[in-house]
Amino acid sequence: MKFKQMTAIAALALALPTLSLADADDDKLVINGELEMVTKTAAPAHLDGALSEVISGWHFRDDDTQKMQMDDFDNAGMLGVEAAAEMWNAVDGSEGKSCASCHGEAESMKGVRAVYPKWNEAAGEVRTLEMQINDCRTTRMGAEELKYAGDEMTNMVGLISLQSRGMPVNVAIDGPAQATWEQGKELYYTRTGQLDLSCASCHEQNYGNMIRADHLSQGQINGFPAYRLKNAKLNGVHNRFKGCVRDTRAETYKEGSPEFIALELYVASRGNGLSVEGPSIRN
Amino acid sequence: MEFSRRDTLALGLGAAALTVLPFRVNAAADDAIAAFTGGAAMADAGVTLTAPEIAENGNTVPVSVSAEGATAILLLAAGNPTPGVATFNFGELAGAHSASTRIRLAGTQDVVAIAKMADGSFAKASSTVKVTIGGCGG
Amino acid sequence: MADGVKPRIKAPKSAKAGEAIVLKTLISHNMESGQRKNKDGSVIPRSIINRFTCEFNGKSVIDIKMEAAISTNPYFEFEAVVPESGELLFTWYDDDGSVYTDKKAIAVS
Repeated sequence: MKFKQMTAIAALALALPTLSLADADDDKLVINGELEMVTKTAAPAHLDGALSEVISGWHFRDDDTQKMQMDDFDNAGMLGVEAAAEMWNAVDGSEGKSCASCHGEAESMKGVRAVYPKWNEAAGEVRTLEMQINDCRTTRMGAEELKYAGDEMTNMVGLISLQSRGMPVNVAIDGPAQATWEQGKELYYTRTGQLDLSCASCHEQNYGNMIRADHLSQGQINGFPAYRLKNAKLNGVHNRFKGCVRDTRAETYKEGSPEFIALELYVASRGNGLSVEGPSIRN
Repeated sequence: MEFSRRDTLALGLGAAALTVLPFRVNAAADDAIAAFTGGAAMADAGVTLTAPEIAENGNTVPVSVSAEGATAILLLAAGNPTPGVATFNFGELAGAHSASTRIRLAGTQDVVAIAKMADGSFAKASSTVKVTIGGCGG
Repeated sequence: MADGVKPRIKAPKSAKAGEAIVLKTLISHNMESGQRKNKDGSVIPRSIINRFTCEFNGKSVIDIKMEAAISTNPYFEFEAVVPESGELLFTWYDDDGSVYTDKKAIAVS
């Protein structure tokens, strides 16, 4: 009995510093004083207890950084969205069409971000939003593909994500998408690089802890594209994956590669239930 | 290399001298301060500088300055390759004499704000901001 | 002129005479510091916005000298007191000689 108590006290003493210093905070994300976001929610069933709660990366950032996302004027990611809004209406390619020619207002994209990556029956593959945008450009507009992780593409993904802001992420992982999802899951738990780290090493087993000066989040991607303080522009999901894999000191997959497409589907599914936040602010 | 007792003593004195030297950031920052104040003395109260203790990323660090009755506030990053950040000149229609912006810091360093008051006096505030380089966020 | 430079301003449409109002500005600009190097090792020349001013009916609210330590996409927040209805004029001065301006009307009651 006494031993048990002491163990409990010791465990508490060990746990307390992490709680006070580094754990996800309890702040509330409300955008423009009106749009309430779900930033913590019960983990989806497929996680099978690996996480009890899924938490947006927003909770792992400083108050100052959090504040930048709470007002669309302070959110400099909106500069990218505005640039994309101009592009939405700009005619490009041999067919003399813009995005607006077929889709009308960008608002018509409401709900799209929340369900991507998504199985495309005609193409027989899982497609990211970037792939779908390029498919539109080449087959409907007769225009050049955008560079997968280039600014124009990431800004356009930002504009489309904004239309779903506040809606729950809800990517399908069953049916024809399941094989890709399984591949993504495999990658998530595979250790890579000289540091021998998997995604799970940091973002499942150690979120809330500090890795040197960095506060580890769950690596959720509901906030992408993210305006990073680091490079002061919108960054896509694959770009962030690349940075993470590079940090394990491994050769990374390419943006738009089948591996990262599969990983994006899997990581997106880990955040099913969190609000779409893009464009978010991260460090 | 071996240190003699005398060497060690000298090193110790040198280190002590460094720690007791009065407020002195670096030559370029000192020049900028001198150009702004004309070498006048600076009060320790009268200007408020708000900066994070630890910056999430040195590339975008939110800072605010405020000084009631100031005509101008000079903001310096003493440890940057060039220390100048901004000079806020308040006009006749300024509300509170305060301003916020986002700045770049090349590493852990002192950020300095110096306010020029309407009566020609000066006030100074400084704040150390820790900046980590590299890592996942860097 | 640098590509795609676009000012954004947040200002109230109306105010009471003598009341302090909060103004926010954000402009898309790289703010090339002059400290970075190309892949071939040569220094990328400095190209920044070096001054920002805000005036109301011709009178100064704030005049900011900007240096290379201001972050990409310069952001400012400050206050103004507007005595009568009129127009806020915001001006950014680029190293390359370009001048970007925007205006906001305010009704004072």
